Amino acid sequence: MSNLIKFKIDGTECMAESGKYIVEAAADNGIFIPTLCNMKGVKPKGACRVCTVRINGRLMTSCTTPVTDGMEIESHSEEIEELRKSIVELLFVSGNHFCPACEKSGNCELQALAYLYQMMVPRFPYEFPLKAVDAHSPKIIKDQNRCIFCKRCIKTIKDEEGRSYFAFRNRGHKLEVVLDEEMGNKMDDETAILAMNNCPVGSILFKEKGFDVPIGKRKYDHKPIGSEIKL
Amino acid sequence: MSKPVIATTSLAGCFGCHMSLLDIDERILKLIELVEFNKSPIDDIKTFTKAVDIGLIEGGCCNSENVEVLKSFRKNCKILVSVGECAIMGGLPALRNGIPIEECLHEAYIGGPTVQLNTEGVMPNDDELPMLLDRVYPCHEIVKIDYFLPGCPPRADLIWEAVVALVTGDPLKLPYEVVKFD
Repeated sequence: MSNLIKFKIDGTECMAESGKYIVEAAADNGIFIPTLCNMKGVKPKGACRVCTVRINGRLMTSCTTPVTDGMEIESHSEEIEELRKSIVELLFVSGNHFCPACEKSGNCELQALAYLYQMMVPRFPYEFPLKAVDAHSPKIIKDQNRCIFCKRCIKTIKDEEGRSYFAFRNRGHKLEVVLDEEMGNKMDDETAILAMNNCPVGSILFKEKGFDVPIGKRKYDHKPIGSEIKL
Repeated sequence: MSKPVIATTSLAGCFGCHMSLLDIDERILKLIELVEFNKSPIDDIKTFTKAVDIGLIEGGCCNSENVEVLKSFRKNCKILVSVGECAIMGGLPALRNGIPIEECLHEAYIGGPTVQLNTEGVMPNDDELPMLLDRVYPCHEIVKIDYFLPGCPPRADLIWEAVVALVTGDPLKLPYEVVKFD
């Protein structure tokens, strides 16, 4: 235990193993820092910026920054929380997130963050971009309207040879996450369900399934996201 | 002192939010003690007969009539509240956003799989009918909206607490479970 270091989050003394990413170190100390693109055990990429904290006056993503000895982290100040909320709002307006009609509603991490921040309405104008639903795979529906480009599926859904089922296509505002047609045709149920569960929103859906958990019994119906971390 | 006045309307909505308002159970008796209703489907008053304090708007704007009604609400109400997902972001009707109107009408009246009786391929085009807008607009993109109550429908508790808070001036209690988008 010699590599234990001390650091502070919003003035609270914390301890963690040296080199741990701040998000994980905070969780070990019962402090929840929200994330969307980050997944435990997967190399972080700092894509969504929801986990932004301030260290030494600079804004940094806590999923990609390792904690160091004596570090002072600002995480739950009004300004940082407001910044996170605005990222969530931007994600809501930049896609087509029709929560009432979404299979993932109640289990969606983006929605759960909006609940956490009590987003009554996004401050930004809705874009209503024209996006397609790709349902050619026998197992999966890839709804581009809901994709937030977190890359979780690309990083975690792979075949035995390590090839990703999903990939980025195009760039800039035309960017989309697509399912490889050939591999998608051969996808088994287990992989398809894992892909659905790893998607933080309702962009990847296992076909012929949905709405099987009633309102009131879903993951975020009663408890806010992160409540399993808070001590 | 006279009671605060409430008006409600359903624009491009399904009346689900009004159902949710009725879902406050026995508190509806308290509501009647607390406020007076003016223009609303609940009492069937068709036009504003006095100045209104709180206007509750259900549904977004999908046609010219919705815009007209919404503007008359803004003119006659001191406070306007967007109630429900459709008023806030267009909701399910806004699924048509991005699809050309002609394509939508064709699907609904001519080419759709359930169209059977329209053998002559007539599309409704009467001067009496409100014009469809190019897309469905959230209410706050048409007029200024003061408050937003999300949900599909917003929980009865949320509507009740919000109306009581507006009428009494007490701070609004927002427990985690009442702010939901579905």
